[in-house]
Amino acid sequence: MSFWTRHQVFEKNSIILVVGILLVIAIGGLVEITPLFYLKSTIEVVDGIRPYTPLELAGRNVYVREGCYLCHSQMIRPLRDEVERYGHFSLAAESMFDHPFQWGSKRTGPDLARVGAKYSDDWHVTHMTNPRAIVPQSVMPGYPFLSSTEVDPSTIADHMRTLRAVGVPYTDDQIANAAADMKAQADPDNAGTDAFTKRYAKAVVRNFDGKTGTPTEMDALIAYLQMLGTLVDFKLYNEKANLR
Amino acid sequence: MVSGGVFFQRESAMPQPSISKSMTSGESGLAALFAVTAFLCLIASAKALDAPFAFHAGLSAAASLAAVFFIVNCYYDRPAALPPAEINGRPNYNMGPIKFSAVMAMVWGIAGFLVGLIIASQLAWPALNFDLPWIQFGRLRPLHTSAVIFAFGGNVLIATSFYVVQKSCRARLVGDLAPWFVVLGYNYFILIAGTGYLLGVTQSKEYAEPEWYADLWLTIVWVTYLLVFLGTIIKRKEPHIFVANWFYLAFIVTIAVLHLGNNPALPVSFFGSKSYIAWGGIQDAMFQWWYGHNAVGFFLTAGFLAIMYYFIPKRAERPIYSYRLSIIHFWALIFLYIWAGPHHLHYTALPDWTQTLGMTFSIMLWMPSWGGMINGLMTLSGAWDKLRTDPVLRMLVVSVAFYGMSTFEGPMMSIKVVNSLSHYTDWTIGHVHSGALGWVGFVSFGALYCMVPWVWNRKGLYSLKLVNWHFWIATLGIVLYISAMWVSGILQGLMWRAYTSLGFLEYSFIETVEAMHPFYVIRAAGGALFLIGALIMAYNLWMTVRTGEQEVQMPVALQPAE
Repeated sequence: MSFWTRHQVFEKNSIILVVGILLVIAIGGLVEITPLFYLKSTIEVVDGIRPYTPLELAGRNVYVREGCYLCHSQMIRPLRDEVERYGHFSLAAESMFDHPFQWGSKRTGPDLARVGAKYSDDWHVTHMTNPRAIVPQSVMPGYPFLSSTEVDPSTIADHMRTLRAVGVPYTDDQIANAAADMKAQADPDNAGTDAFTKRYAKAVVRNFDGKTGTPTEMDALIAYLQMLGTLVDFKLYNEKANLR
Repeated sequence: MVSGGVFFQRESAMPQPSISKSMTSGESGLAALFAVTAFLCLIASAKALDAPFAFHAGLSAAASLAAVFFIVNCYYDRPAALPPAEINGRPNYNMGPIKFSAVMAMVWGIAGFLVGLIIASQLAWPALNFDLPWIQFGRLRPLHTSAVIFAFGGNVLIATSFYVVQKSCRARLVGDLAPWFVVLGYNYFILIAGTGYLLGVTQSKEYAEPEWYADLWLTIVWVTYLLVFLGTIIKRKEPHIFVANWFYLAFIVTIAVLHLGNNPALPVSFFGSKSYIAWGGIQDAMFQWWYGHNAVGFFLTAGFLAIMYYFIPKRAERPIYSYRLSIIHFWALIFLYIWAGPHHLHYTALPDWTQTLGMTFSIMLWMPSWGGMINGLMTLSGAWDKLRTDPVLRMLVVSVAFYGMSTFEGPMMSIKVVNSLSHYTDWTIGHVHSGALGWVGFVSFGALYCMVPWVWNRKGLYSLKLVNWHFWIATLGIVLYISAMWVSGILQGLMWRAYTSLGFLEYSFIETVEAMHPFYVIRAAGGALFLIGALIMAYNLWMTVRTGEQEVQMPVALQPAE
């Protein structure tokens, strides 16, 4: 019986055809995806990576909501020009707590993986409100409405609990103090700032948008942008140990 | 609109034996289910934590009530007996859902092209964002991609698959309400997804932006779609399952697998729109592009190849060039495509072994892709002269040529050194659009031009001259679009990596943005032409349905003397 005649079993039996399709499409995905969950070399061993602070998380949610990833990548490739332009190439460890990942696939604007601490808070507020006030040739939309929208500290603990359920190691202490921490990070005069900085290494406490009162989405987004790429100290990073 | 006479034709051909009329278990069960859903949605709307969720829950309550009304109304309108599967030994095809989906494809297509034109213009003239959240680029861009891929493309696929499966199996679609549930449910999913984007409800995973509740709804609709399609194949009167149906089946089954694999998310609250995806970081990236590239491979390729395998032979009145080639094409294509995802993640933090696998399989994918293209083009053997006289066939054939072009470009761009230049630039956007406008767009237009006269029982299209105009205007638009993106993409990639003689980076980032402006203007012009073409098409199809001459029904085959 020739190959072509044998093939008729698929052509004449719909269920066998469906099973055949399922088997054939399963292979590639299984081979490429499954090992990423257990191969130890997949994610580098690095010091300094921590979950986002409540305010940074709220800022990241603004980033996700507005679709910033459509124009800004967060993934520096190990190419000479990129490393010189943006800094050390991105590590897998740096986005290990990102649900969802925001590596992006288009750079209409520059990469943001290491934008943290590059510009002042003031620069960001002005730029976000009207990008062309600072960069005349920019094609970025303006986001003035972020300054007038307050974030909600009362629900952020629920978000952190959800993230913990999908694998982000928030501690009970961090979740219990989420609302207070959120206010503290945007207010240097807040009594809770010391306790907050103990809970989140390298977290920066500043009045990001320059306005007092409940933190706004502008505060949150800038807090997020200002921490991007700042957690790993590359002077201490063991490049050789993590060669893959 | 739905219950209007445009979509329904009374099947009153036969005198029905008098049986007492009662609701089928499907009708009563589904009506009850929707009544309960309406109630639950109302509660969810009242308890909602955020405004978009309240809006969507309220909308769903209204839609569920409408569904109950629709079901009951149809019940009162229909004769006691359900439409028979056959009338006088000929299959009694169910064309209503196909008509609905075809109309929606045209509506969403125009909406999607228009939003594309708007965001293209926003990139050329950023003032068009108007500093408003709902219409800024970041929210409109997913609206554009979803509207053209899932709303336009999806409706074309559902409409043609329901048509092809019935005709090639010589069997009526299974289920009476189920096909309507699929088309209405799918379009409701689009509505929820699209309004969600404008209100800021998104997972920010490319081409998988809809949030958890829209994903759940789509799962229900999609499984029903699979059951209707598969059930019709099982009931077929032909011994063989036609080639096009293999491709439709692979598309439906694989999209289900991809959707479930990429979207497991945990909502923060069952009364809020926000959820967090189960996968994180690198695993999320790999799942995303396994999904993302195969949305291309199975939604935009396998599904539309099914269209090619049915409509080109039909329109050219020639058999498929090689049946054996189509067997190889089918299995090689679906096996290889699944591996190609990692080429979206070259030089990222994804391990090298995965990137290399992705690249290798992407290059191999060139072969089945061109095998399929050859199979489609060579079907024209002996009928090439028709390209001169039939602009619809010309559109179908040019779509296959574009398919060949972009499936050569794709493997080339998946080579790591090429990708290091092309990635993150407009070259990718140009590549996508040569496939989307040239291949998916044209093959869809061709299929709709064929199918609308067939399902509405018209002798032919209102005007072939207008099809010709559509063809040339849209082709010009595509050429402007993709050549502008090639130039801007390669220019941008080269500017990013340009060094001065002293070893410094030559250009600041903003200089590369500034250099894009003229190409963004040309691209917008190309998009405008494509939109104009689609408007001409909509007019042409509208006039075909409104004023076209009725096809004279073929007399029923002679009955042998008894």
